[in-house]
Amino acid sequence: MEKSIKKYFPVFLMPAALSFFIVFIIPFVLGIYLSFTEFTTVENASFIGIQNYITAFTRDKNFLNALWFTVKFTFVSVITVNFFAFSLALLLTKGIKGTKVFRTVFFMPNLIGGIVLGYIWNLLINAVLGTFGLDITYDAKYGFWGLVFLMNWQLIGYMMVIYIAGIQNVPSELIEAAQIDGASRFSVLRNVIIPMVMPSVTICLFLTLTNSFKLFDQNLALTGGAPAKQTSMLALDIYNTFYGRIGYQGVGQAKAVVFFLIVALIAFIQLKITGRKEEEA
Amino acid sequence: MNSDKRIKNGITFVFLLFWSTVFLFPIYLVILNSFKSKFNIVGSPFKFPDKDTFVGIENYVNGIRMSDLIPSFLRTLIITVGSVLVIVFFTSMAAWFIVRVKSKFTKTIYYLFLFSMIVPFQMVMFTMVYICTKLGLNSVLGIIPVYLGFGSGMSVFLFAGFIRGLPLEIEEAAMIDGCGPIRTFFTVVFPMLKPTAITVAILNAMWIWNDFLLPYLLLGTQNKTLSVAIQIATQGAYGSIDWGGFMAMLVLAIIPIVIFYLFCQKYIIKGVIDGAVKG
Repeated sequence: MEKSIKKYFPVFLMPAALSFFIVFIIPFVLGIYLSFTEFTTVENASFIGIQNYITAFTRDKNFLNALWFTVKFTFVSVITVNFFAFSLALLLTKGIKGTKVFRTVFFMPNLIGGIVLGYIWNLLINAVLGTFGLDITYDAKYGFWGLVFLMNWQLIGYMMVIYIAGIQNVPSELIEAAQIDGASRFSVLRNVIIPMVMPSVTICLFLTLTNSFKLFDQNLALTGGAPAKQTSMLALDIYNTFYGRIGYQGVGQAKAVVFFLIVALIAFIQLKITGRKEEEA
Repeated sequence: MNSDKRIKNGITFVFLLFWSTVFLFPIYLVILNSFKSKFNIVGSPFKFPDKDTFVGIENYVNGIRMSDLIPSFLRTLIITVGSVLVIVFFTSMAAWFIVRVKSKFTKTIYYLFLFSMIVPFQMVMFTMVYICTKLGLNSVLGIIPVYLGFGSGMSVFLFAGFIRGLPLEIEEAAMIDGCGPIRTFFTVVFPMLKPTAITVAILNAMWIWNDFLLPYLLLGTQNKTLSVAIQIATQGAYGSIDWGGFMAMLVLAIIPIVIFYLFCQKYIIKGVIDGAVKG
């Protein structure tokens, strides 16, 4: 059977693989090469070694600022989103009236696109700050917390449904047995529910981590990096280096490679952790 | 005990009701302002429209006109539906081939697909735009194969995971009965893939419908999609932005998503959980 399928490579694998090579593999390899060159269009690239990387980390202050801003934002988002999402999931698995409607409402923002989300929150935050005569571009801290609120609004519902699925998989006999043994509600949560939903916790932590770290559309729409690029996250800073500064394409590409390496490292750690969890199970 | 529990549930209910209201408030605020005259939005955004500020559907008329919203909507629809169909069709075939033909080659391709899932878009953005523009893929229909390329990582992964669990005997029986691989796939395998196909379709549809950067870079402002239309509506000469029309645009952009969500909620939630847990 395998042999007869193999002959059909052009029909089955070719279309997906070809477009994948054109839009991903070739640009990826070319991108790594170009990060070591100076260029404005791809054709006029001249090799300059690691100069772009040096520029990205020294002369170009924006990159390290963006990296620090992104790390801070990601840290706060991961903690807040998962705390609220898990709490809501606990409340929504108690069989309370209206659970379905609540779940629908909390999940909905997740479907709205990043650009629209950004402008919705731009309106709301400027409306609140406007009563004090300020707006979101007045100080970087407003943009920071604005992004955190936005991220919570968008991701809480998403993580909540994953936590709900995890909690519903906890056998009710296990909880009842603990209760019969006289465990307090807190102790049931700590010693029965949380250990049983650890796989969901790992998934949600990494989903919020990568989603926050790679954020672009929401950042562009909410603050656009203002004031003075202080609220630019990594993806936006890379975009602006490519398209906003002539002659800096090589630096932009070098920043993109560093960005990729950080995201790959996060993914690698996740793979190690989930792999180990599965061995234990 | 029973009344104690009822009180606790009552408190939880009120708590959840409060947070649902908070969650809906941003959308409520946009809808509210979409009915106010553009001069009364920036100054007093929380005020309910009264007889001086209420403008009926004027903002909606302006919003649709100033941004070519209807062509943008149709373009987004064509791109999303076209890409999702192409992705489901070709990545299910690719995944079946990869799972059934075990060679170093298919294994390498599979791992490359997986690898692409962790690479941020900015890494390939500039070079991809260069290549795709050279190949003439910077058009409404041309962007569909581009989405196939970017969507294939996750889609092949989800399909391959499902196909590995399918019994080989059914396909072998079909082949022995004289079905070629193409007929076997479409009459025997593909119908069994339906649950994963729905998940793949929903995850890709959500991404492509809302995508901004790829259509912005490839299609520009000439062939703008909805996200692009909204983004560039704010880039007009500063101070002259019609905020009323803009609020109406936001509402119009949200409506189709909410309708889609309310009708397909079951599949969307299942798709999101499957995609997250396996991805």
